[in-house]
Amino acid sequence: MVLHSTAWKGIGIFIGVLVLLLSTLASVILGYTDVNFTDVYEAFFHFDQSNKHIIITDVRFPRAIIAACVGASLAMAGVLMQALTRNALASPGIFGVNAGASFLVVLAIAYFPAVPFGGLTWISFAGAALAAITVYAIGSIGREGLTPMRLTLAGAAIAALFSSFTQGMLVLNEKALDEVLFWLAGSVQGRDLEHLIPVLPYLAVAWLGALFIARHINILLMGEDVAQGLGQRTVWIKAVTGLIIILLAGGAVAVAGPIGFVGIVVPHFARWMVGQDHRWVVPYSGILGAVLLLLADIGARYVIMPEEVPVGVMTAVIGTPFFFYIARKGGESS
Amino acid sequence: MSKETSIRHSRNTYDTKTITILSILTLVLLIVFLFSASLGQLFVHPVDVLKVFAGQGESSNQMIVNSFRMPRILNALFVGMALAVSGAILQGMIRNPLASPDFIGLTGGAGVGVVAFLAVFSNDDNALTVSISWMPLASFAGAAIVGILLYVLAYKNGISPMRLIIIGVGISALTQAIITTLMIVGPIYRASQANIWLTGSVYGSNWEEVRIIIPVVVVLLFLSLVVARRINAHELGDETAAGIGANLNRDRLIFLILATALTGIAVAFAGGIGFVGLMAPHISRRLVGSSYGSLIPISALIGAILVMGADLIGRTVFLPLEVPAGVFTATIGAPYFIFLLFTSKRS
Repeated sequence: MVLHSTAWKGIGIFIGVLVLLLSTLASVILGYTDVNFTDVYEAFFHFDQSNKHIIITDVRFPRAIIAACVGASLAMAGVLMQALTRNALASPGIFGVNAGASFLVVLAIAYFPAVPFGGLTWISFAGAALAAITVYAIGSIGREGLTPMRLTLAGAAIAALFSSFTQGMLVLNEKALDEVLFWLAGSVQGRDLEHLIPVLPYLAVAWLGALFIARHINILLMGEDVAQGLGQRTVWIKAVTGLIIILLAGGAVAVAGPIGFVGIVVPHFARWMVGQDHRWVVPYSGILGAVLLLLADIGARYVIMPEEVPVGVMTAVIGTPFFFYIARKGGESS
Repeated sequence: MSKETSIRHSRNTYDTKTITILSILTLVLLIVFLFSASLGQLFVHPVDVLKVFAGQGESSNQMIVNSFRMPRILNALFVGMALAVSGAILQGMIRNPLASPDFIGLTGGAGVGVVAFLAVFSNDDNALTVSISWMPLASFAGAAIVGILLYVLAYKNGISPMRLIIIGVGISALTQAIITTLMIVGPIYRASQANIWLTGSVYGSNWEEVRIIIPVVVVLLFLSLVVARRINAHELGDETAAGIGANLNRDRLIFLILATALTGIAVAFAGGIGFVGLMAPHISRRLVGSSYGSLIPISALIGAILVMGADLIGRTVFLPLEVPAGVFTATIGAPYFIFLLFTSKRS
């Protein structure tokens, strides 16, 4: 824990929001087309139909907003999953929640092309729920259940299963492959606000829900028995937390495809900053997740310029060293 | 004296149970083989298939069986063997039943090697500019790099099996990201080809590939049998193994090279057919116990049956669609893996 007192944590939030705003601005300014701060200002207040202004308002700005929302959602989903499963390696990517959501979405795109985007959101939620419930059910079979490491492996098996289905389906339907390949790698490119708006209400509800439930998570983390002793209805808290995770991960996948590693890296970083109190960890994760995805997305534009890599590839490259670090630190006992 | 002869005896021959199981599995293999040659979009009666094998039969049947089906079936057979034995060696080396080439990222690394090879050495007409016989090398190189990375990253006062697998899960994710990038940078037809192959399929195998895969796998299987006794020693634990004179580090290196080479050759020609390297050694262990002298041949047979069977189902049940073999192995393999997570001893 780096930030000890409440005052510092508050200041930290303030600085975080500032960094978030700066990252958003950087995401709008940086890229293949040269844009500067004045252009951005002009585009919003004296729009003149020029190419530059259209790029700013129709491409860069929506992209930045989407990256921020998706990053925040994935990171918060990661925090809640890590708390719920008491597993340092839990995240929507590793546990197959993203893979489940993308499987159903690809299925819908490949075989029911008429489904509108709003419908895909629900399909994505359903896929996320399917995978989450499967992994959770597996985790709770038996008297003691699985050790964290083993649960992680069960999640990885579920993820492998779903992505194998997805790939198999794409083999049968090459046209769909063309459409979804970039999405499937996890990308915020070429998305406009129309993709975000149908999902945003669910995400917003989930964000608020996550902030609200944080205090109950703190109690739950003291142990099931203690929490029940303190009068908490643990089953309800777990169910609601699960629902929030599904909304966050499913929504994020619907908008940007399965982006991995944000959900695993960010919560660790947030806990390193503010400790175990989830009333702070949750908002910090949200802000840091948004910043991380914005920065990764900026990086994705520069790696193989003039082409772009999907942001999911960037987060994997940034995230795996971190994953190795946690795995080495953890061991079977954690 | 008599004790020594009995030890020597048990070393060199298989007991009756093993021989029975070997024979039964060989029979099953032959039946699956025959049906694979017979079933498909065009049905060739098994008797006609046998005629073709004997060098007789109608020319149309000969063409279907010899030109189209045989390369594919043989490819599936040897890929299955390679993956299964690779898994068996890894499980012995890591002393963990959950190890398999796909889970610890070897398959992913080999995949990066192949996709990179396809991206670098193919021209705009989608034809390779160098001989395809170089592809296994690229695949092997990819798997080898992952093998080294795994060892280095998982090392912390020795190798903990669980840590190695978890690190492998991370490496798999990373290789997936690299493969995606390579696919996106290349044109779409290359991507769709790579995708078919990544899912794990022997679709479109030809004799040229078969001529490469058979000798390589045969040599590697032979070497695996040669080191089988070292694996037995290794499974007893570090101290015991060292006590009976095993050179642990050298042995581990040999195992890793063998496992990597087997994965490399399999992935080069059939992509990531998942879970075979996990299931086959397991089923074998149930059948014949964990002596590697019998475990390796039995695993090889079961692996071959699994992949041939999955391919047969994939190209017949959903006609006219073809579902890659990897989808079926994953469908059976993932639940099996989770079952193992519960039942395997906690180490």
